[in-house]
Amino acid sequence: MITVDLQDQPVRTLNAQLIQLPENTNQKAWRVVNPMGAHAVAVGLTQAVNVDIEGHVGYYCAGMNQLANITVHGHAGTGFAENIMSGIARVTGNASQSAGASGHGGLVVIEGNASSRCGISMKGVNIVVGGSVGHMSAFMAQAGNLVVCGDAGADLGDSMYEAKIFVRGTVASLGSDVIAKEMRPEHLELLSRLLAAAEIAADPGSFRRYGSARNLYNFNVDNADSY
Amino acid sequence: MSNDSRNLSESATFPPRVMAEIQRAAHEGLYDIRGAGAKRRLPNFDDLLFLGASVSRYPLEGYREKCDTNVTIGTRYASKPIELKIPITIAGMSFGSLGANAKEALGLAATAMGTSTTTGDGGMTDEERNSSKTLVYQLLPSRYGMDPDHLRKADAIEVVIGQGAKPGGGGMLLGLKITDRVAQMRTLPKGIDQRSACRHPDWTGPDDLEIKIHELREITNWEKPIYIKIGATRTRYDTALAVKAGADAIVLDGMQGGTAATQDVFIEHVGIPTLPAVRQAVDALQELDMHRRVQLIVSGGIRTGADVAKALALGADAVSIGMASLIAMNCNAPIYQADYEKLGTRPGYCHQCHTGRCPVGITTQDPELESRLNPEHAARRLKNYLSTMVLETQTLARACGKTHVLNLEPEDLVALTVESAAMARVPLAGTDWIPGRQ
Amino acid sequence: MCGIVGLYLKNSALEPALGHHLGSMLVGMSARGPDSAGIAVYRKPVPAGSIKLTLFHESDAFDWQALRRALKTDLKTDAHGEIRGSHYVLVIAAELETVRSWLAIHHPELRVMGIGESIEIYKEKGLPKNFVSRFKLDELSGSHAVGHTRMATESAITTEHSHPFSTGADLCLVHNGSLSNHNRWRQKLSRRGIDFQTDNDTEVAAGYLSWRLNEGDSLREALEHGLKDLDGFYTFAIGTRLGFAVVRDAIACKPAVLAETDDWVAMASEYRSIAPLPGAEAADIWEPEPETIYTWERA
Repeated sequence: MITVDLQDQPVRTLNAQLIQLPENTNQKAWRVVNPMGAHAVAVGLTQAVNVDIEGHVGYYCAGMNQLANITVHGHAGTGFAENIMSGIARVTGNASQSAGASGHGGLVVIEGNASSRCGISMKGVNIVVGGSVGHMSAFMAQAGNLVVCGDAGADLGDSMYEAKIFVRGTVASLGSDVIAKEMRPEHLELLSRLLAAAEIAADPGSFRRYGSARNLYNFNVDNADSY
Repeated sequence: MSNDSRNLSESATFPPRVMAEIQRAAHEGLYDIRGAGAKRRLPNFDDLLFLGASVSRYPLEGYREKCDTNVTIGTRYASKPIELKIPITIAGMSFGSLGANAKEALGLAATAMGTSTTTGDGGMTDEERNSSKTLVYQLLPSRYGMDPDHLRKADAIEVVIGQGAKPGGGGMLLGLKITDRVAQMRTLPKGIDQRSACRHPDWTGPDDLEIKIHELREITNWEKPIYIKIGATRTRYDTALAVKAGADAIVLDGMQGGTAATQDVFIEHVGIPTLPAVRQAVDALQELDMHRRVQLIVSGGIRTGADVAKALALGADAVSIGMASLIAMNCNAPIYQADYEKLGTRPGYCHQCHTGRCPVGITTQDPELESRLNPEHAARRLKNYLSTMVLETQTLARACGKTHVLNLEPEDLVALTVESAAMARVPLAGTDWIPGRQ
Repeated sequence: MCGIVGLYLKNSALEPALGHHLGSMLVGMSARGPDSAGIAVYRKPVPAGSIKLTLFHESDAFDWQALRRALKTDLKTDAHGEIRGSHYVLVIAAELETVRSWLAIHHPELRVMGIGESIEIYKEKGLPKNFVSRFKLDELSGSHAVGHTRMATESAITTEHSHPFSTGADLCLVHNGSLSNHNRWRQKLSRRGIDFQTDNDTEVAAGYLSWRLNEGDSLREALEHGLKDLDGFYTFAIGTRLGFAVVRDAIACKPAVLAETDDWVAMASEYRSIAPLPGAEAADIWEPEPETIYTWERA
């Protein structure tokens, strides 16, 4: 286990060490302490290492993650795990806005609440939130799954494409072209798998599914009010 | 038919073109979408003239007496700045708006000339990375195809805030051009009308941009220059803010800048022309003592070596061409004329890029149309055009006594009109008068 | 664009260290705001019949003592003051308008940065860490404060253009974001008697607030009206005599973090400004919701 204290070393040094790890390195366990809200902690990782960060981080922690397993034991700032490609990024506390923004793959778990724009522009990532999400979550969401065990704020899924949204609690309002959809056995099975992977216990049967009505996919004068 | 010409007088407020647009809107109920840049008359570089050698200034001989053209981009922070042999780069144009053959041709020509190309909204293709020796990778609000592996493969990163054709608007690609390949790269359903976001998903404002740029540097080990691209609007403030946010270079796109698909109202009525924008950007850089330390690349209606030389004289470090590079590759060439007519247009007038039915095979995903563009031949034409522009720039620079094109300065210029004199802040020809200055 | 901070002490034992903690919060916001810094500190309330003014003169050589003596003589009243950096805090037993008129006649070059019973406003060009040492923030005690570090967007970098802006007694505003309809509002408010010294959008927001308060709104009502009338992207932190308030616009793109312990409530644009506060690791941390007014004040 390698411990890095961000009060002694800058984020630059930590990231350089992590990025320069040789392929199939045996230095797989990293512990980062005293982040004190620093930005860009553990970004651009490319190897299946474990990184545990003790404390609160600033913006873009785990940004563009590939393969690594990153856990923030605390809260995370804006853009947690933005553009994640693969691997797992977890926050035990809350995440600020744009968590998982434009993520292409992998799994993002927020055990507490995520703020506004959770899953904005998502492109294949799976996001599981133990608490609630704020307004404009899954805005322009293209692919992937957003699972919310708590409530969702206003304009959920506005302008979304083919991503799937599952919410257990209440939805303040749905965004443009979003409708509730039928929960079929394959969706229950998908939810089960996602919740298990996130290690969050919840009954798949208590969720509702939301998705695109697909009316805005091509420009049409009769939809002008929705643009 | 009446012979009374009073019955056949055109209205300046409602000329035929405007009437046709109103009738189209009445028919379709949606804004008009088209390609290309602003078509209306604007103050531009044609309104400026060089003061060549005189009794007090001496010219350089052509060929033997060197006039160098190289420029380095990214000297501020990057450990691997970009060395360009010529001060002309190829602007960002997406695979999706352009076909793969066109992207490959751009790469081949740029490589031959020692300059760079730029990806667009949709990500990096293998063809363009393999054909272009120096590739700038755009980070756009849509984040289509954004991939850290591509970030690391790129030679520079361009954070796009806006472009001249539509400052404040997001990208657009109509259904006919969303083929399987494009759809797969952008993670979109095939055949939809793609609408891109106009703001970045995970930052808003220069204070947060500063943090975003820091993240990009951390991911790429502080090696690559980071550009910020803006459409010309509040250029003076935007340039200062880009510097404060940590940019290595600023790409400034005036309202004449092109697009493959945007609302006509956006193209013609938002943004300022390239001419006043350059001056504002250079002023802002000089006020911060960052001129030549944060490089300025100017685009939007650059057509000839004269335009290049004038942009450099006003203080740019380089220019970028989009539309012009496509025209060199046969855009609007008088070939396949029947296909222009099918689009309701003629060579020299066409702006139908958004339809995906480009008669010469550039802005299309249709294999049959694309086959009309041979990458090697197109690259050859583009290389010739770039060579011509460089020679023209050198010719003008030599005439002004410069051994390097970046030594051109505003005092080498005068203006033909009051507007251009005020915008470029150079005197009206034959006078000492700069409107707006004491 | 900018960084904003606010600190409200629930535990009065921490009051001597208010300036020190505020200073570390400001320094945490240096990257977001390298151009200028400013604070409003609420401290040492003056007795009834007196008022406090924070004054600014461009030159460090200005003779503040002479000013004080002249005021004492001309207005036949008690006046004392304290020099801090390029500013001077004057406490005088007189009516505000009397003092203002005297200043306008005798020293029109002076800028009045803040007025009230307890507010002191300091602002200056340059990096936050230089501001902290120049104004000796470590020496400042107080009950609550807001602060700001600026990255100038559309108006000039001058001392006057720095935040906080104050357009009413013991009232100030700091802002992170960019308003989009402030020019029209500046004209409207000018016609309603609000004086503006700059072309800065934040000053318009402060003026708007003063106007609504003058019209009889409570602070909460004034901010509710503001949410409807002011367009653009903004997080506001407002300082009042008794406490402070935080509000974000409906789109809520500009960041804001709130934190609370038994000893204090803090607000900042980024968590890293809250991190150095005592007990921060165990604080309740949350983000303010859009279009929601959060206030803390003493009874």
